[in-house]
Amino acid sequence: MSAPAHTPSRAAGSAPRRRRRRGLPTPGRVAGFLFLLVAAVAVLGPVMWTLSTSLRSPSEAFDLPPKFFPTDPDTTAYSEVARQIDLVRLVLNSALVTALIATGQMLTAAMAGYVFARMRFRGSGLMFGVVLATMMVPVQVTIVPVFMLVRGMGLADTLLALIIPAIPTAFGTFLMRQYFMGLPNDFAEAAALDGASPWRTFFSIYAPLSLPGMAIVGILAFNYHWNEFFRPLILTISEQNFTLPLGLVSLQGNLGTGSISVVLAGVVISMIPALIVFVFGQRYLREGLTAGSSK
Amino acid sequence: MTTIAPAPAPDVARTTASAPAPPPRRTRSRAEKWMTVAFLAPTVIGMGVFTVLPILASVVLAFFQWDIISAPEFVGLRNFTELVTDRTVRVSFLNTVVFVVVAVTLQLSLAMTLAVLVQGRMPAWLRLFFRSTFFFPLILSAASVSIFMRYMFNEQFGVVNWLLTNVGLPAVPWLTTTTGASLVVVLVYVWQNFGFTFLILLGGIASIPKELYEAADLDGAKGWSKFRNVTLPLVSPTLLVASVTAIITALQVFDQPYVLTRGGPGDSTRSAVMVVYQTAFQQLEFGKASAIGLVLMVLIMLVTLAQFRLSRRYVHYQ
Repeated sequence: MSAPAHTPSRAAGSAPRRRRRRGLPTPGRVAGFLFLLVAAVAVLGPVMWTLSTSLRSPSEAFDLPPKFFPTDPDTTAYSEVARQIDLVRLVLNSALVTALIATGQMLTAAMAGYVFARMRFRGSGLMFGVVLATMMVPVQVTIVPVFMLVRGMGLADTLLALIIPAIPTAFGTFLMRQYFMGLPNDFAEAAALDGASPWRTFFSIYAPLSLPGMAIVGILAFNYHWNEFFRPLILTISEQNFTLPLGLVSLQGNLGTGSISVVLAGVVISMIPALIVFVFGQRYLREGLTAGSSK
Repeated sequence: MTTIAPAPAPDVARTTASAPAPPPRRTRSRAEKWMTVAFLAPTVIGMGVFTVLPILASVVLAFFQWDIISAPEFVGLRNFTELVTDRTVRVSFLNTVVFVVVAVTLQLSLAMTLAVLVQGRMPAWLRLFFRSTFFFPLILSAASVSIFMRYMFNEQFGVVNWLLTNVGLPAVPWLTTTTGASLVVVLVYVWQNFGFTFLILLGGIASIPKELYEAADLDGAKGWSKFRNVTLPLVSPTLLVASVTAIITALQVFDQPYVLTRGGPGDSTRSAVMVVYQTAFQQLEFGKASAIGLVLMVLIMLVTLAQFRLSRRYVHYQ
């Protein structure tokens, strides 16, 4: 009945009374753990299936039993997907759109956030309120006028039609304002005493300090726009301006169920950049995603 | 909701208190004025042009019939009355409401269960594994997810039916029946989005002071009673935010039904946003599409307002 050997130092520090409770897991605990395990398998299973199936030859991709592990991989599907669609073009389009939106959002949000955090002027409160209120407006409500606007500007069916309207960001501005408000005011005072201009105070002191906040804005923008489907579906018309998700959906539509590994190869390729962000920027992404929920 | 603000939340009070730093006022203020204008311009003008103006345009457009080619024609409230009389629009709104109720309920209960369970005793790496796993679908595109899920739910060759038949259950015609298709849209949507709710709730639960659980232990409280009397009341502000966010997101569902079913069979999985899209860009009825969009926006605003009302009445603060 004593605590098993594998409950190490953590238990040692606490009161000896607790030891019994840290012993054998109760049936409830086991059931709870199994539930977690089932959920994890349900999440990872489809991803593993997608990866493994993309590595089967197109002719046997839909054969049963399905595969969840890429034993004896076959990369035909990957060369085939590049033959079926202009994959390089799609990737470049997506990369360009995403990179420009992310950069634009980081810069404009940092600038506006800085002003809202540190400068007071007539109507600043109201203006910030309006910016916040636009967060409630879903993209679907504005899409029809935005489509016309973009058309009127002569940008119909260009990548700029996707990029320009996406740069002003209410959430990013809100996030950067919060970030700047968290930075100490003393630097500004010291800089002012030294005779630094407000521009210099921003560019040499506060902007570098706010880089982690800007990283959050940039990664959120990347995650959203690399994956977005609705706006590209409406704002681009010719295939040469498609982004990756749009290209893949139309590929699936064209191929039917004939060669699913080809479509899945495209899906896997589209996941790679997101996966890189997931590995290296997960903390920023988590902070950014949950920032709005704790205001 | 200040009580649950996590680490990087800034010290608002202090910043405002020490903000006006007067020294060389005159020389500074001119440069500051220019900077204020220059720094705000991209965001404020951009939002004016691409958000505020479009909303106003939508409001005007909603009273017109316009196919972009011929001159717009004033039709009064007809676009709005058609929302009720047009069967497809009516059905799609009903679908969306049912979808929101089912998907959000499932998403919240799943996320809450997992968030509580993952706090249980386990090695740190395992907790990290679960957390990363549940978070993972959030980084994928809804379009890509729907693409592979459509294959997985294929009636003859799909993995799901293969699993079902292997454990002795009948194969289900997932995407070709109205119930099946609606269920698939919900499942695929929840699969991708529960991680977000999970993350928010995890933050809320983590901020509950440990002493409260120790006190509950001393009172002899067991699992369920601890959850009911400590976790649930203290996590309720977070839960409210999480549910409102989930409802607002679910009201705008588009990618999943578009890719999985194109709204079919029949109109069974057609969502409100799909109807906005089709009305505008396939039937070229831009006025009617604006009217539908506005109704959706009002719904979203009502949910947000309800949050403020509810948070005053039902939520327990620490």
